[in-house]
Amino acid sequence: MPKATRQAFGEALAELAASRPQVVVLDADLSKSTMTSLFGKKFPERRFQFGIAEANMIGAAAGLALCGKVPVVSSFACFLVGRLETIRVCAAYNRTNVKLVGTHAGLGIGDDGASQMGLEDLGALRSLPNLSILQPADELETRQMTEWMLDHDGPVYLRLTRQKTADVHGPDYRFKLGAADTVYEPPPGAPLQATLFASGGTVGEAVKAARALMDRGFRARAVNCGSLVPFDEEAVVRAAQDSARLVTLEDHHVNGGLGSAVCEAAARRACAVPVLRLGATEFGESGTAEELYEKRGLSWSHAAEACLRNLA
Amino acid sequence: MSVDELKTLARGLRVDIVRMIEAAGSGHPGGSLSVVDILAALYTRVLRHRPEEPGWPERDRFLLSKGHACPALYAVLAHCGYFPKEKLSTLRRLDSPLQGHPDRLRLPGVEASTGSLGLGLSIGIGMALAAKLDKKGFHTWCVLGDGEMQEGQVWEAAMAAPQLKLGNLSMIADLNGGQIDGPVAEVMDLEPLSDKLKAFRWDVRVIDGHDFKQILDALEWAAAAKDRPAAILAKTVKGKGVSFMEGVIDWHGKAPNKDEADRAVREIESA
Ligand SMILES: Cc1ncc(C[n+]2csc(CCOP(=O)(O)OP(=O)(O)O)c2C)c(N)n1
Repeated sequence: MPKATRQAFGEALAELAASRPQVVVLDADLSKSTMTSLFGKKFPERRFQFGIAEANMIGAAAGLALCGKVPVVSSFACFLVGRLETIRVCAAYNRTNVKLVGTHAGLGIGDDGASQMGLEDLGALRSLPNLSILQPADELETRQMTEWMLDHDGPVYLRLTRQKTADVHGPDYRFKLGAADTVYEPPPGAPLQATLFASGGTVGEAVKAARALMDRGFRARAVNCGSLVPFDEEAVVRAAQDSARLVTLEDHHVNGGLGSAVCEAAARRACAVPVLRLGATEFGESGTAEELYEKRGLSWSHAAEACLRNLA
Repeated sequence: MSVDELKTLARGLRVDIVRMIEAAGSGHPGGSLSVVDILAALYTRVLRHRPEEPGWPERDRFLLSKGHACPALYAVLAHCGYFPKEKLSTLRRLDSPLQGHPDRLRLPGVEASTGSLGLGLSIGIGMALAAKLDKKGFHTWCVLGDGEMQEGQVWEAAMAAPQLKLGNLSMIADLNGGQIDGPVAEVMDLEPLSDKLKAFRWDVRVIDGHDFKQILDALEWAAAAKDRPAAILAKTVKGKGVSFMEGVIDWHGKAPNKDEADRAVREIESA
């Protein structure tokens, strides 16, 4: 069933915290949006409200972590990464066990417009050593990542959607740090037209694009990159070997996020393959999520078109 | 514009706010309705501006630091003639100049794009400094939310403005007592706010933010400030004018449906 990954996170957190007494939650006046309110209702004594003061919240989380707690801080992705210096020193450089959860990522939030859309968080945070970065595509993956995050010793950034996302994983799926997974594979046969790499809210679009291409006789694979740091370089190398091109599809600026990660991997491993990066190139704006994905070239139909575009 | 005319205007603006947000299907009625009386008085009685020439260099500058309350700003700007009133119904639509949070590059009359809380007063300091450098007489006004004042940067700005002797900068705090996770006093109390700002060397006046006489007096007082910035602490009601929204946290960021909007408009018009 389609579910917002922030919702799946809030439910999983409230559940998993029951057996993890060291988990505490810090809020910045958005607990009803980030869904940590579910934890707050269940464990009011382990929940701290900081008000609209994200930097202080992140700093305090570092202190809690240095005393053995597992602090989970959440806000919109844009407001967390707005406190980059605090994250850089208090979470990453100190390598504290702080869990940063950025929700409402990307154009997918719709109407609220540019100022509320985190489109640069991955670019900023991917350059911080010590920080693991995860972005789940659906409910199942969100639950597994949430559990991994709580049990991992070190700072983590979890990037979540406001909007519902379709299930792309079967019940047997097991999240593995640093591993990408194939969510659509054409039947064996000729080399592939393209491999589509997606993450978070765009994975469903990538699957749709690959299916639509198959219906028209074109073969494309869709790969989910839930683990952004560390990143699955081998998945890029493999795709470069059997696909005519790589296409990245992300609800983030094309610089600094998934598209960059794929290009970096391809360059490092000297893969001679064209990479088309689909994603934001400007600040966001108001509109419905569907309208914005269409206008900014993030919809499945744009992704399918990119797989067929003449590259000459 | 007389106080009675202002009251009539504010009723119309409240109707605009409710209808815009209803049409958009999302938005922030609570904090728009609490601040609209202040904006109505400021734009029609105090601000020196030219709607037909939004870039007029001598204009007073207005910053809506709590950008989510932009339906109030849009309604006032339309009333002043910055754009045709029909545009109001395009709030939050794709390609509309009326973005979900104010965007200066899309809508003439918006001095600064806002929406991330806590930034406006700092921008105001820059504008006030520029006015001094250029020996210009314009005044800079900045409206903040009380929840917004929990941001650390607001207090960095609050420290700086008196140090820089910015009598040409005024802050107006919309103290409606509500934010998203609950009442401000419970989420992170600001009190004693007046004492805090005085300790930061601001001149402070506390008013009823829905009483036009008090609003106008305070705005004139702040506009006449010399070497110290003035802070107007306006006690307001979140959702003011719509009984079922007044003081109800849930109406911070929720659109009324058709029925609710009709009820709200009837109430506003018969007030
Ligand atoms: C930096 C930042 N953090 C969080 C938010 C999300 N947010 C939007 S409105 C709001 C509550 C604002 O409360 P207040 O300033 O009192 O506004 P009002 O009650 O007047 O609407 C929050 C937390 C934001 N816009 N910016």
